[in-house]
Amino acid sequence: MSAKTNPEVIKESSMVKQKGMIAGNYDRLTGTKESGEKVVSTFVPGNLNELIMCFDMVNNLPETNAIQNGMRKQSGGMIMDAEKAGHSEDVCTYVKADIGMMGRGNIAPNGKPMPAPDMLLLSYTGCFTFMKWFELLRHEYKCPTVMLQIPYQGDGKITKNMRDFVVKQLKEEVIPMFEQVSGVKFDIDRLREYLKNSAKAEDNLVWVLESAKNRPSPIDAYFGGVYYIGPMFTAFRGTTDAVEYYDLVRGEIEQRIREGKGPITPEGDMKEEKYRLVVEGPPNWTSFREFWKLFYDEGAVVVASSYTKVGGLYDQGFRHDPNDPLGTLADYCLGCYANNNLPQRVELLEKYMNEYQADGLLINSIKSCNSFSAGQLLMMREIEKRTGKPAAFIETDLVDPRYFSHANVKNRLESYFQMVDQKRSGASLATA
Amino acid sequence: MSTADIIARCEALYEDLDFTAARQWKEADPSRKVIAYMPVYVPREIIHAAGMLPLGIMGGGDGLEVIHGDAFYQSYICRIPRSTIELGLSKRMDFVDGMLFPSICDVIRNLSGMWKLMFPGKYVRYFDVPQNYRDNVGGNYYTNELNELREGLEHLSGRKITDEALRASIAVYNENRKLVQDVYGLRSREPWKVPSADVYLLMRAGLVLPVEEHNQMLKDYLAAAVKVEAQKRDNCRVIINGSFCEQPPLNLIKSIELSGCYIVDDDYMIVHRFLRNEVSTAGDPMQNLSLAFLHESISTAAKYDDKEEDKGKYLLEQVRSNAAEGVIFAAPSFCDPALLERPMLADRCSEHKVPYISFKYAENSGQMQPIREQAGTFADSIKLWS
Repeated sequence: MSAKTNPEVIKESSMVKQKGMIAGNYDRLTGTKESGEKVVSTFVPGNLNELIMCFDMVNNLPETNAIQNGMRKQSGGMIMDAEKAGHSEDVCTYVKADIGMMGRGNIAPNGKPMPAPDMLLLSYTGCFTFMKWFELLRHEYKCPTVMLQIPYQGDGKITKNMRDFVVKQLKEEVIPMFEQVSGVKFDIDRLREYLKNSAKAEDNLVWVLESAKNRPSPIDAYFGGVYYIGPMFTAFRGTTDAVEYYDLVRGEIEQRIREGKGPITPEGDMKEEKYRLVVEGPPNWTSFREFWKLFYDEGAVVVASSYTKVGGLYDQGFRHDPNDPLGTLADYCLGCYANNNLPQRVELLEKYMNEYQADGLLINSIKSCNSFSAGQLLMMREIEKRTGKPAAFIETDLVDPRYFSHANVKNRLESYFQMVDQKRSGASLATA
Repeated sequence: MSTADIIARCEALYEDLDFTAARQWKEADPSRKVIAYMPVYVPREIIHAAGMLPLGIMGGGDGLEVIHGDAFYQSYICRIPRSTIELGLSKRMDFVDGMLFPSICDVIRNLSGMWKLMFPGKYVRYFDVPQNYRDNVGGNYYTNELNELREGLEHLSGRKITDEALRASIAVYNENRKLVQDVYGLRSREPWKVPSADVYLLMRAGLVLPVEEHNQMLKDYLAAAVKVEAQKRDNCRVIINGSFCEQPPLNLIKSIELSGCYIVDDDYMIVHRFLRNEVSTAGDPMQNLSLAFLHESISTAAKYDDKEEDKGKYLLEQVRSNAAEGVIFAAPSFCDPALLERPMLADRCSEHKVPYISFKYAENSGQMQPIREQAGTFADSIKLWS
């Protein structure tokens, strides 16, 4: 019998702050009956938090709820409930976890029931499924729904027509609906202030993400990246809390670099950095910690990932611009990673491979996310061809525990790391 | 010409995965170009007005062995993109000058980028459509998108697409729409005379032939079909829903009818019927195409329903106007739009006491017995209990 380990859990100040921010937001969300605040449900990629704040509304993010339920091992039952109710086994498990959650009383992570949304804001950047998801939610809640259609960058660029279309929808559809539901008049100067906060936080976020160019990398830009990006993605972008949070994170990472430390893992500091990887695709949430462990046990650190860009490609130069409030919201939505076409995605991954001196690319292909997954095998081939570095492919799911096979993933990863080693020894033999 | 003769030709076109007819059309004049498109809808009028042949690509069906295409897709992704890639890699589409990928779902969307990477130098366009149906919002955006398509095709063909040519093309397609509706109408009235497999093959032929030729074919078929002597069976009348993108094998359509159902309406190859009414030939043709899309297009899972009360309205109207007794939700495996839409449509059917069943297929499904049994049981239950 193996001795039980007692892993040291390191909590940095930023982690404590973030935990407080998220808990506070859930308390605010579940307390709207008492506070009288209105709730808007919306999506993570391309979310319009700064705009929502202008109407004093609280945002509820169904994907985040599904993730929370996934990490708490609740989503499996919820998905099966949805399937029993007629939802196909083939479709997005975020959708089914969300629908299954309703059937179980819509309980938030703080144990209190979620309020029904007063409004659905369907801003579906980079994912067609989102459109049907909100039709399903509207079918359930019968509440006002406004859509912000974000055209896809099919030709790898944002055209004037696309941008004008998004701005026009904001002006003529989204803002009037917010005013109507919230009873608050839109104030563009208030939006500018929130956008200023966003830009400040974005500067530090980029600095943190790019710190992974150091050796050893002081962060894990995928598993740990989920932590660092969290506030930017969800209900906090535009707040002073987010600005303070990224100040804190930056300070902590600067300290780690000075000390030559690798990233924090759930079992303490990662000791030796053996493999530097770029990862494409979302993580698995139901076995998140187990999944992460498969990497840090082998000394593998993720130095850049595409998933952490679904909330914006800030590291490629985008910043929210208070001088062009609606235009900048359009640019933001249009520019999110999943709204980029396949060639753009390949170029970005290639860039990451080179800039972060990665040993290889790993694709975590998600069964229920076609937006990410369709085309990934071609992306893998392209990256191998362009960089000469090995790429590998594993398959899991977002929040459906039936599609996480620990043994399979472990086998694949071990083989992959051997492949990286062989490639390295081949390279060193060649140069000897 | 008998219906059998016409359908024999259609079947030959359907089985020809080298697209010989389209190749021959192109070879007849070196200046000709072919623009392929995926389901569900593209404005073929603009391609036609450019002097090009719009060529509908519905995947490889059950007649294509997918060897290379499977290497590009995980097991949980539908079949149409992999067989389409197979068509491309096996040089069956080497004569095609450009490809349009309409906005259907994330898989087809990403396929547009894959096509760019795999076939550099070819004209590839992701053809986005508005999900906002207000004239000055979605309409403006769409008119500009149409103009971008027009400019792209002009660049490819090296000649201007005039408004006059566009109006003429709209008129030809208006005729096609009318004839297509006539065929569907005849089948709905007398399904024993017009088998669904015939209708299916006729419409498939329309994807690969010049529209003028298809128009003549439809006229010939209609003239021959009214003369058909056929025995009316005690079948129940059903609507097929969910098959708008990846197409079922022909045997599946035949199996449904053999099991005791008359298909009186469907959503196969809806590009032919996407616009329900004539498009105006007066005034600005691009605006007319845009307005027709906004206000005259049918409802399908690839579109957003602006209002909750609109969900299922079109399906219920199909049931009513075709005096259908039930709905068969037949969607391809892993088809996000159709499968996500289905629970909402099923609820509408339940609310209106319209019986329904659901199953999934793939374009290469080979085992029809379970589908025959399911559809047969459904038909029996309607006859016995409805």
